[in-house]
Amino acid sequence: MIRTRQLSFSYPSGPTLSFPDVDVPQGAVLLLSGPSGCGKSTWLALVAGLVAPTAGELTVAEQSLGTLKNIAIDAWRAGAIGFLPQKLHLSAALTVQQNLGLSFWASGQPEDAARIHAALAALGVQDLAPRKPAQLSGGQAQRVALARAVLLQPRVILADEPTASLDDDAAADAVGLLLSTAHTQGATLVIATHDARVATLIPPEVNGEIGFKPLYLLRQ
Amino acid sequence: MKTITLAWRYLWSRPLGAALNLLLLSLGLASITFLLLVDHQLNKAFERDLAGIDLVVGAKGSPMQLILSGVFHIDVPPGNVPLKAVQALAKHPMVASVIPISLGDNFRGFRIVGTSHDYITHYQATLAQGRLWDAPMQVVLGATAARKLGLALGNTFVGSHGLGAGGHTHGDSQYTVTGILAPSGSVLDRLILTDTVSVWKVHEDYTAVDDEDRKVMEEEREVTMALITYKTPLAAMSFPRYINTRTEMQAAAPALEITRLLSMLGIGTDVLRAFAGVLLLTAGLSVFIALWSAVRERRGDLALLRMLGAPPSRVAALLLTEALWLGALAAVLGVAGGQALAALLGWMLQLDNSLLIGGLVWPPELLWVPCLALGVSLLAASLPTLGAYRVSVLELLQSR
Repeated sequence: MIRTRQLSFSYPSGPTLSFPDVDVPQGAVLLLSGPSGCGKSTWLALVAGLVAPTAGELTVAEQSLGTLKNIAIDAWRAGAIGFLPQKLHLSAALTVQQNLGLSFWASGQPEDAARIHAALAALGVQDLAPRKPAQLSGGQAQRVALARAVLLQPRVILADEPTASLDDDAAADAVGLLLSTAHTQGATLVIATHDARVATLIPPEVNGEIGFKPLYLLRQ
Repeated sequence: MKTITLAWRYLWSRPLGAALNLLLLSLGLASITFLLLVDHQLNKAFERDLAGIDLVVGAKGSPMQLILSGVFHIDVPPGNVPLKAVQALAKHPMVASVIPISLGDNFRGFRIVGTSHDYITHYQATLAQGRLWDAPMQVVLGATAARKLGLALGNTFVGSHGLGAGGHTHGDSQYTVTGILAPSGSVLDRLILTDTVSVWKVHEDYTAVDDEDRKVMEEEREVTMALITYKTPLAAMSFPRYINTRTEMQAAAPALEITRLLSMLGIGTDVLRAFAGVLLLTAGLSVFIALWSAVRERRGDLALLRMLGAPPSRVAALLLTEALWLGALAAVLGVAGGQALAALLGWMLQLDNSLLIGGLVWPPELLWVPCLALGVSLLAASLPTLGAYRVSVLELLQSR
């Protein structure tokens, strides 16, 4: 779940962004939409605990972030947040399996090869484990990045512009994959996008089944 | 995956760049290793071979030449001095002992040194096989000389005139090997030792026309120099002056001459040291540039690690470990390279049986090399590491 109250963030030499209050239940989908610069990325960073709000309250995955210190936030983020960036940032130096292993390294946990294989298998890309990212197609790379995001079974999945530069079919696949993965894991899914197609790609039954909230962030 | 493994993989993700940086850093460290080894071994050799010798007395000429030829056996002597004059020195109240040294011949490049048993006792050398000479034309071989010449007890050989290989042989005057010394690490290892009388005998046999001529020669016998030990340290004040002003001989104080030699060599080693320093500085800059660009190139990857839950210190440690890998590898290669260079120099110098320099010597000073390697790597990595520590995930999110 995600709950925000009177959340705002001021850049040291830039604008102050104020965000509308949200209550997203566990397992629901939040579509964060709006033009570039409206504050989507800042909102994602706030929810992930990467920056502290200037004012307001923020509770993510049952954790009030204002009460945690930096190191505790990093540890919390490793277990609670799964992140799918727009640029996938699969390390070219590592194989697919090693790229997923980074999640364990980042969180300071011992690597669990069985979990890596299970995460890849859940997305149908288990055969790609020994390959380097340069040997993957765009779709394969996105599945691998999603497997990395959900490897530690986060409570919240943050997807940043997951359909950017994808054609309609690929965009539908990407959104479908995110929805089904989040649904399988019971995770709250946040999709930040300025792509108007995404709202139409979320099927009507999602609204009735788990709750779907489109949120339009506008520069204040 | 451990940080050390991850850092290794990141390091070799750009193999050419990593290899070039490694090469540059290793070259600098190899130069420093080489200098340390040569410096250490030269000092050791000087210290070891000069121990207990207060003064060298020989023919007038260059005092350094006297020391180099008579103590280290790496130069030709300035000439000979009358035996009687040297025998007179032994009776001087300030003199504790006199060891005669007679040079002039060699066997396949190894010097044949006419001397007394005191020379062997002075360096505390012991026999590995056989016995010391008890008559002229018997020899005791130093350990290196015996090994390289392939001579064993009872073998005979004929010496050649001159101190380097290639002189004419002394026909019928055969030497017999009666003993072989255990390795002592001193100059004795590469000498062929015999009684002083042997040297006279060979030359008298070779040049005397008749018995009368031989008698004259026996009257005018000479030695090349004498190694002198004082009875009292106070002798150092007056005895050399006495030799230089009151006799036809020259006195050379090893301590003074070696200090002079080392200061002359010092200019050369200073230049080499500065060169190695420039190499290291260049390598440090190169590592810095490589890591700096690695941070720039991998900014997104590093930010993603933060997003995955890695604290800034862990991300910074990753980069630091990468630099430490480079430093550790360069230290190993640098030390190996320096040892190889020292071994090569040793091999080249041993061709003329000069200084004892070689590889596979591990003086404590060598510990500086890995310290230097890690220091340079850490210094070069400090700014990039700070960059990695401060990498902003917000920037990653906002970059499109």
